[in-house]
Amino acid sequence: MSELLALTGLTKRFGGLTAVNAVSFSLERGEVVGLLGPNGSGKTTVLNMISGFLPPTGGRITLNGDAISGLGPNHIAKMGVARTFQLVRALPSLTVAENVIAALAFGRQKLWDAVARDAALHHLSAVGLAGRADQPAGSLTYIDQKRMELARALAAEPELLLLDEWLAGLNPTELKTGIDLILSLKDRGITVLLVEHVMDAIRALCGRSIVMNAGRKIADGPTAETLKDPEVVRAYLGDGHV
Amino acid sequence: MTARTLLGLAFAGLVLIALAALPFFAGPYAVTLMIGMTGYVVLATAWGLFSGPTRYVSLATVAFFGIGAYTVGVLSETLPYPLVLLVAALIGLAVALVVGLSTLRLAGVYFVIFTFGLAELIRQVVTWYEVNVTGTLGRYIFLPVTPEGIYWQLLALAAATFLISWGIGRTRWGLALKVIGDDEVVASHCGIDITRLKLALFATSAVIITLVGAIQAPRWTYIEPSIVFNPTISFLTLIMALLGGADRLWGPLLGAIPLFLLFEWLSANFPNHYPIILGLVFIAIVFLLPKGVLAALESRLGKGGAK
Repeated sequence: MSELLALTGLTKRFGGLTAVNAVSFSLERGEVVGLLGPNGSGKTTVLNMISGFLPPTGGRITLNGDAISGLGPNHIAKMGVARTFQLVRALPSLTVAENVIAALAFGRQKLWDAVARDAALHHLSAVGLAGRADQPAGSLTYIDQKRMELARALAAEPELLLLDEWLAGLNPTELKTGIDLILSLKDRGITVLLVEHVMDAIRALCGRSIVMNAGRKIADGPTAETLKDPEVVRAYLGDGHV
Repeated sequence: MTARTLLGLAFAGLVLIALAALPFFAGPYAVTLMIGMTGYVVLATAWGLFSGPTRYVSLATVAFFGIGAYTVGVLSETLPYPLVLLVAALIGLAVALVVGLSTLRLAGVYFVIFTFGLAELIRQVVTWYEVNVTGTLGRYIFLPVTPEGIYWQLLALAAATFLISWGIGRTRWGLALKVIGDDEVVASHCGIDITRLKLALFATSAVIITLVGAIQAPRWTYIEPSIVFNPTISFLTLIMALLGGADRLWGPLLGAIPLFLLFEWLSANFPNHYPIILGLVFIAIVFLLPKGVLAALESRLGKGGAK
């Protein structure tokens, strides 16, 4: 057994609101797992705590057995966690290549100069942005910014990749490309935890899914089974549909 | 290094030599003027070094400037001059590290208010100490430093400041600063230690500002807290850097030279109305050129985001 990530009793309170309530699960190395749930169920907050953007109020997160809960995002990034954001966060005044070099220069490899640029071009062509390296990032379309954000995350050579609705807003052709792209990550042995609402993508990508509702984990298992779970159906559709 | 960089460096070297030779051709008034101007060029550039990329508006300039000047006032008769400068730089560094560690988590207007308060606090503490402990408010500085000597030291400090600023822009830390300027969340998720980088930058900027105060101190002969901790110095530095464009290497220089000359002329010709005109100039700059002359020129020429 090679467990990469483990959450134990993870809790986040914002004042009186408990956004994440004692959530526990673990990810095996190389798994692609979906984190599902209705809006406001606390999925993004879980990702934010794993990446270090938010400190947990309680509970524990370990990566390769080392506790990472409470560390800053810059430390967690260096330990091999990379992410994309729900609302894409490009660095608009930098070029596309510089966006990727930022992750190369300060991540685990510390690449710079020509080496970093070569690596950046390689990562950009992998996401379909070959030849766009010297454009200002702000001039890219929304979809291309998403691609660039993925290239930036992959440039960090992560062990664990957190994707926050990365497939949202893609048209069917782009969705197909996006799914293939994530499948190729699986072949490279990268563990992926993705928050997603696109059901086709979840069925195609995730052997296993974790479902949250109102801050709690309500299901965890093979995707086909969790999606039929009465409590999951109730969370999404209400009592009448069970 | 490309041929263009070498050419640029050679050109900058020639300009530096020409400026250094100035006292041999010009009269004492020109040297006095150049001391003031070079002082503000260094202050504005050092201010921009920290505030340009981080967008933290610091009004602590005069706190460090005054620390430099006062260190010279206190130690000028007990230590050799180079050691006095060294001690001044170290005190500036220590204060910057303490202040930076405790305040760089503050954002926006809170940081502005804190730095303004800091400058006032240090002025009041020094005043209290001088009145209650030493028993005399002012101090005399008798150092065998000629105006030319002060001018050359400031020129050397200016060259060092530009080299540091230019050097940072070429390293990965320059990229880190651009990333921080765009989006701190992305920066930290890329592995950049934002707090440490800001602290290093704040400390570097503060040490340079402290040295400006220390080097200029012998010019006054007599110093007291209301002279060397005068908040106008912070405001002038700020407005010069903003006029030129704080996020460009040459921006603060382009703001400092015309404004210094303007303020010299105003204070000589309209001594009574000087503060009012100063205020109007501040307002005009913020309204007309919020991003600085260089950025305005670039957008006029249609170069957009090019640097």
